Amino acid sequence: MEDIIVCEGLNKYYSGVHALKDLSLKIKKDSVVGLIGDNGAGKSTLIKILSGAHQPDSGHIYFEGNKVKFKSTKEAMNLGIETIYQYSALIPEMSIARNIFIGREQTQYNVGSFGLMKTKTMQDDAMKALTDVELHLRSPDTPVNQLSGGERQGVVIARAMYFKSKVLILDEPTNHLSVKETNKVLKFVEGLKSQGVTSIFITHNLSHVYPIADHLCVMARGEKIADMEKKDTTIDHLTDLLVNG
Amino acid sequence: MSKNFSLRSLLVRPEVATFLMFLAIMIGFYIANERFLDARNIRIVMGITPEYIIVAIGIAILMISGEFDLSVGSVFALVPMTIVQMVHQGIPPWFAIFLGLMIGMIVGFVNGFITLRFGIPSFIATLGMLYIARSLTTVATAGFPPPFPHILPNELFVYQFELFRASLYWALLVAVVLGVMLHRSNIGNWIYATGGDQNAASSMGIKTGNVKMFCFILCGFLAGFAGMIQTFRLEAPLPSQGYLLELESIAAAVIGGVSLFGGIGTVFGAVIGAILIRFLESGIIMARIDAEWFRAGLGSLIIIAVVFNTYISRRATRIGQNKVED
Repeated sequence: MEDIIVCEGLNKYYSGVHALKDLSLKIKKDSVVGLIGDNGAGKSTLIKILSGAHQPDSGHIYFEGNKVKFKSTKEAMNLGIETIYQYSALIPEMSIARNIFIGREQTQYNVGSFGLMKTKTMQDDAMKALTDVELHLRSPDTPVNQLSGGERQGVVIARAMYFKSKVLILDEPTNHLSVKETNKVLKFVEGLKSQGVTSIFITHNLSHVYPIADHLCVMARGEKIADMEKKDTTIDHLTDLLVNG
Repeated sequence: MSKNFSLRSLLVRPEVATFLMFLAIMIGFYIANERFLDARNIRIVMGITPEYIIVAIGIAILMISGEFDLSVGSVFALVPMTIVQMVHQGIPPWFAIFLGLMIGMIVGFVNGFITLRFGIPSFIATLGMLYIARSLTTVATAGFPPPFPHILPNELFVYQFELFRASLYWALLVAVVLGVMLHRSNIGNWIYATGGDQNAASSMGIKTGNVKMFCFILCGFLAGFAGMIQTFRLEAPLPSQGYLLELESIAAAVIGGVSLFGGIGTVFGAVIGAILIRFLESGIIMARIDAEWFRAGLGSLIIIAVVFNTYISRRATRIGQNKVED
């Protein structure tokens, strides 16, 4: 299988702190990669660079074989790299349909980049996007704050699918969810593989990502300390790495 | 169930609650004094209300984007004062109006620039501007309020028709245009997203700084435009005009269901809020209650509105949380 993302020697400093140390990583197409590590291991720094929110101080990123340099999240999104942050992926007071289309509204009567939203089309497409990830909700006009945590993750994933993302970066998607809700989210992520979406699943909870991951990458103190196929490792070995670094 | 639910979801909309409050107050004062709703009183109240509606809409949109503007009362005085003084200096009336409204927009831009560039609360940035713009207005009078130059096209903005003034139609135009912008256009979607959760909005590619700047400039423009209408109606530019208007417009927005934390509110709510305040004032006078009770009434309305809206939004959130546990 070919690699969709290749990182070579990424370094990042935050006011003197070496947050990411010479990180190289290859991510295979249509796989689920578990990126695990304790707090402060450098996971967040890595995803911020991959999502275009921050820029590396040195090193290169290749996307689908081409060297890329993201100046903003928008640039990464345009190439198909979508990042879902732990707490801030949706606007709670806004409806499901509006949330799905934030920043990418379907408009008519355009003047420059401004126009009137095609409300009906957006509602219909939102429902279709939800059904595609097996999420059955009552109405696209329901405000997101009336959904459960698992349903919210479902909406976010539906949005990524709708806009044909190639890579989905999920930042602690199962944090603070009940067991039942966690399983729902894991099922969403597993379903992405068959639809040609690569996902990078960031977590400090190994037991969540292990069942669905194809590949696991362990980080500690800004460095990659392990990088292997699931078949070459065991959950005990990974736990040992996580705890003892 | 579905019909029941839609009625309930309509009732929990804050601007609907405001509208019901509005009806209750209108009926209450009508019972106290039948003349409260006769043509004469409606003509008087609706003659002054449009100016407040326009300011309240600007404040509401800015608050939805997550920021405040305390300088609207001062801009409300500064813009017409500069228009009048420019006409006295020989600048053609329409060009003076254009330049005056530009000043309102520039004040909005400066408010936005200071708030966003230095990352300080807009409450403070615009509090400073409240004093600066008021001071500039007084300086611009050059010691004595100038006479109103009658070459200004004031009839176009304030002509008294049978019942309403032209200004009401201008206010309705502003409400419809900005209502469509806020509720139907993609800019509106960005404004709600920015005020709802700025981090989430920018992670979805929204340029939240630009969105807020747009709302600051719009708010400054509307405050200036409304102030111009008041001066045109009174045919006198007063340096004291719009005193305490900033608090009253925030009150109108909040009574109309706009959240102090951003992300929630409607243009319709702000319009109803502004009308409600003016009829409350008139009703108290018509009911022969001491006019000093107006502020107590307004204060109570604000508190009731915010308590009610907080209760509603907590309930809505609880629906979501209950689901996790079932």
